[in-house]
Amino acid sequence: MDAFSGFFAILDATLRVSTPLILAAMAGLFSERSGIVDISLEGKMLASAFAAAAVAAVTGSAWLALAIGILVGVALALVHGFACITHRGNQVVSGLAINILASGLTVVLGIAWFSQGGQTPSLGSDARFMPLSLPLTDAAREIPVIGQFYGDVISGHNLLVYVSWLVVFGTWWVVYRTRFGLRLRAVGENPLAVDTAGLSVSGLRYSAVAICGALSGIAGTYLSTAQNAAFVREMTAGQGYIALAALIFGKWRPLPAMSACLMFGFLDAVAIRLQGVVLPVIGEVPVQAIQALPYVLTVVLLAGFIGRATAPKAVGTPFLKER
Amino acid sequence: MSLNTSSIPLPGWIEIGVIPVLNILMALFFAGLIMLAIGVNPLQAVGIMINGAFGYDEAVGYTLYYTTNFIFTGLAVAVAFHASLFNIGGEGQAYIGGLGVGLVFLLLDDFLPAVLLIPIGIMAAGLFGAAWAFIPAWLQAYRGSHIVITTIMFNFIAAAIMVYLLVNVLIKPGQMSPESRLFDESAWLPFMHEFLGWFGVEITRTPLNLSLFFALTCCLFVWIYIWRTRWGYELRTAGHSEDAARYAGIRPRTVIVSAMCLSGALAGFVAVNEIMGVHHRLLLNFTAGYGFTGIAVSLMGRNHPVGIIMASLLFGVLYQGGAELAFEIPKITREMVVAIQGLIILFSGALALMLRPWVVRLYLRFKSVEDVVPA
Amino acid sequence: MIEDLDGTGGADGPPPAAVSPSTRSSPGGLSGNYAIELQGISKRFGAVLANRDIDLRVERGTIHGIVGENGAGKSTLMSILYGFYQADSGKVLINGSPVSIHNSRDAIASGIGMVHQHFMLVETFSVLENVMLGAEEHALLSRSAADARTELQRLADQYQLSVHVDTLVSELPVGEQQRTEILKALYRHAEILILDEPTGVLTPQEADQLFRVLRALKARGVTIILITHKLREIMDITDTVSVLRMGEMVAHLNTSETSMSELAELMVGRKLESKSYHREVPLPADTEVGIEVVDLGVIDSRGKSRLQNLSFTVKRGEILGVAGVAGNGQSKLLEVLAGITPPTSGYFVINGHRISADKPGNPSLMRQYKVHHVPEDRLKLGLVKAFTAAESSVLGYQRAAQFNWRGLLQLDFIRNACRRLMDAFDVRPVDPRLKSASFSGGNQQKLILARELEKAPDVLLVGQPTRGVDIGAIELIHDKIIDMRDAGCAVLLVSVELDEIMSLADRIIVMFEGRIVAEVSGREADKTQLGLMMANAHQTAAGDAAA
Repeated sequence: MDAFSGFFAILDATLRVSTPLILAAMAGLFSERSGIVDISLEGKMLASAFAAAAVAAVTGSAWLALAIGILVGVALALVHGFACITHRGNQVVSGLAINILASGLTVVLGIAWFSQGGQTPSLGSDARFMPLSLPLTDAAREIPVIGQFYGDVISGHNLLVYVSWLVVFGTWWVVYRTRFGLRLRAVGENPLAVDTAGLSVSGLRYSAVAICGALSGIAGTYLSTAQNAAFVREMTAGQGYIALAALIFGKWRPLPAMSACLMFGFLDAVAIRLQGVVLPVIGEVPVQAIQALPYVLTVVLLAGFIGRATAPKAVGTPFLKER
Repeated sequence: MSLNTSSIPLPGWIEIGVIPVLNILMALFFAGLIMLAIGVNPLQAVGIMINGAFGYDEAVGYTLYYTTNFIFTGLAVAVAFHASLFNIGGEGQAYIGGLGVGLVFLLLDDFLPAVLLIPIGIMAAGLFGAAWAFIPAWLQAYRGSHIVITTIMFNFIAAAIMVYLLVNVLIKPGQMSPESRLFDESAWLPFMHEFLGWFGVEITRTPLNLSLFFALTCCLFVWIYIWRTRWGYELRTAGHSEDAARYAGIRPRTVIVSAMCLSGALAGFVAVNEIMGVHHRLLLNFTAGYGFTGIAVSLMGRNHPVGIIMASLLFGVLYQGGAELAFEIPKITREMVVAIQGLIILFSGALALMLRPWVVRLYLRFKSVEDVVPA
Repeated sequence: MIEDLDGTGGADGPPPAAVSPSTRSSPGGLSGNYAIELQGISKRFGAVLANRDIDLRVERGTIHGIVGENGAGKSTLMSILYGFYQADSGKVLINGSPVSIHNSRDAIASGIGMVHQHFMLVETFSVLENVMLGAEEHALLSRSAADARTELQRLADQYQLSVHVDTLVSELPVGEQQRTEILKALYRHAEILILDEPTGVLTPQEADQLFRVLRALKARGVTIILITHKLREIMDITDTVSVLRMGEMVAHLNTSETSMSELAELMVGRKLESKSYHREVPLPADTEVGIEVVDLGVIDSRGKSRLQNLSFTVKRGEILGVAGVAGNGQSKLLEVLAGITPPTSGYFVINGHRISADKPGNPSLMRQYKVHHVPEDRLKLGLVKAFTAAESSVLGYQRAAQFNWRGLLQLDFIRNACRRLMDAFDVRPVDPRLKSASFSGGNQQKLILARELEKAPDVLLVGQPTRGVDIGAIELIHDKIIDMRDAGCAVLLVSVELDEIMSLADRIIVMFEGRIVAEVSGREADKTQLGLMMANAHQTAAGDAAA
């Protein structure tokens, strides 16, 4: 049983750390499927995390924090859209600008408003999304292994963790089962075909980018009001890029992307546990090696050494109607 | 009547003078709004910044010291841009360039004289930076992986490697903070105050060192290379059109690899300024985002060495003036400069053409369409 | 109601620049009979007037052709009708009532459907998904798909437009992709169908099938506008025809009352003298061979065979024409001979140097062997748009000793050399510092020819030398190619313009699906026969005739 509980603890941590990755990866999926490269997941998460923590600190309402987090995510996404869709700017440059802007602005505003070196005040449990105990958790504990799994791994997360699972399913459903999804996939492959079919390329891309902003907003809110109890400067620490890597790893499809997030999350959870532990044969695994593994794996995948990731064909190219 | 303004050419002085300046003004305008939002008078802030950057000779020294870094990373981004490659990996390449300097000096500084150590250090910085750019370049050229994504990933991988090495391997024994031992003084690049002191000119001690001259030499070199040599010609050809390059007997793959190696070497030279010139030891995070600033510099300077020098100077002013500002006004922190940098990348890069239609319309009020468009 | 062709077809002298369109088509009765009517449409791009005061009326349920040379303004006009561009002035009437078309949606709502030259299909989607894209009735895909499937079946039966509904578009042959485009339009209830150069990529058989479909559509009351520069198609299928020349409508005619030669004259604005450049005296049999191709084959990276068992020779002082429908391997052949693509089987000997899979060439090496190449796609290959004319004038020769000195490019020398090239080949404006993109198509082409011919090649590879080139420049370009032939150069000429090949080439090979299917002498070539060969139908046709 002890072996299980240790393993379950890692799985439990995996779910917690992969949640923001999953939300951000789905966010990126909408954007990139519509043909807009989004390396600004990082910046949007960071800004939303700050906004949510600030609102929660001031109002004490987690729900209001979530609303503002989403709003900030959408606002930054619309800036990205304005640059990339309306003005056909370079999408990587625009994304980078948003990341850098968010990185600077969150600290500037944080210090100006809260004078705590860029942090926001610690949040009480009312102002946060707290762990929920799913029904029948205690009863299920009586069942060996499965019940314990239910109690230790599945139950006891905050609401946003469960929301992220719904988001994955919702993304899959929207992309493959709805009219909007068909148009979204089309506009990322051949925007001219979409235009001549009487649809608005800009309209579709703006909606996709806005959805991306909202989901990044939830991801950011999760970081500062659910996983942690305050905003800390640079708290995203590259998770936006890991989500992007997971999206590529999942070949721009919802379920594989989620699996990639869980894998990266698992690596992260293991890395913390392995610190200072000497493994048989391998010896001590440097924690940095495990931390770098998602990036290394993505590079290896992109290089085509393990399968091939084919991006949506029109991704990164602005749509120019008049030739 | 709808007017397709993008097809209307503007005179050079508007295209490379007026529009870039307007873009920067837009960015500064929004920066001003941020200052107002946190209750700081932007005009007062500008005054403090300019004084802080130029007001006294120590300030000038710091400004130029920052400028040096930005010239290196700006050139790095620009060279790749001319080959139509977006090198976001300047940060990691600079970091690994530092590793090169560190390894070479930790091995050799006891044995070799300064005349050998310094060129070897510069070469190590360039070679290690180039090597770190070579891998993404090779992967793009021969395996088709996208260089933007790979260079981002390589920044993180570089950071992980450096943390590991400094914490576990290169750390000075018996010390807590992850830094290497100090190099022997023979490996130090002379400071500007020392250098001028040899000629009897007294200036205040600042981190400014001789790498500024090296940076300016690099500008000249890049200008000649890109516009005056057949290699630069081939690089630009491949950057504009892979098909045309192939037709002209140029191998686009070779260009990708060579342009990125040159770009990586230039980024690696940040270590010449930081490690050889200032810190004299290997330490964590000495790149401090200079690699990313290089993107803003290159965009602002329109990928031309002269523009890059001017943009680097502007960023030098922002960094040094920003530090002064943070000191003078407690409400403002140095991160304000980071935010401004984000705004500049946004307006000079992603939204670079936003104002152009307006400028064209204004221009056309003075000239008729027939004058402007060649038949 | 029949007017004379005032001066438009006059043999002597060029016609007046602006003539009132001659109208020999019956204007019909009430304006309500016109499915589509354009009144005074003008569109300017910068200083270029792409469409000038265009009037057009097409009766409902007819097939109307619009002919014109490249750059005459056909595509601009159609783009205005489909909402890509806004006209600067003028009116569009559909079924007698004015409409304003700002985008594709407006055009679709007005009952206009368009089959673009380059298909507007999502390659990763099935036919069904492509057809319903943008016209899905329900928010849920499954319901829309069921509706679309039923409707597609109905349309397919009605017009013999059979397609594989669930196949991915990327896996369909070109003809079927085009049928998908037509189905897309019909699915959106198009009553006016515009087809832009629909047969450019089709084999004659596929084209015949297309025309059968168009006739069936016409029988059901659909109005069809066919844009083409192929006069035979106009004669075959249209009821009425309009001629565009340099942005202006110069004639509206009933097809039955005109002829190909009249249309051709109207298109170019002067009598076409089909100049023949053939040699008076045949080459001696022992003339040196410039290009010898033996059993050459190319298989591309996807494993598809692009060239198969090609064998031919080109002697010095000879022009070998390569005819074929675009995309049958001619471009690949040029690339292989120019050293851009290595062969995968067989070999060729060019100017005495043997190139094979084991010993591949490259463009620089081929240039050293004095093999020079005027590429088919000048904007993609032949020059760099962002470069100055001077920079483009050394493309491919950037390493030549004359342009370099101690590692530095000699820019002044290059500019002066470029100026000399421009003078010699009448490239205007004579300004080496001007961006390559700022020159007209003809002047760009002349600059490229100047660059390649000036080096006195032993072997010249030329692709589509006059595509998109203004008439004035065509003659100069042809003369220069003939000069090269007379100077003893072996010339390989690839062109989709049969007239060009027939008037220049000493011998013609016809390519079909990467193979040579026929060879004829240039002097004896017959256009109809060549057309059949290009479709690889000549043997069957001959067989039929024999039977």
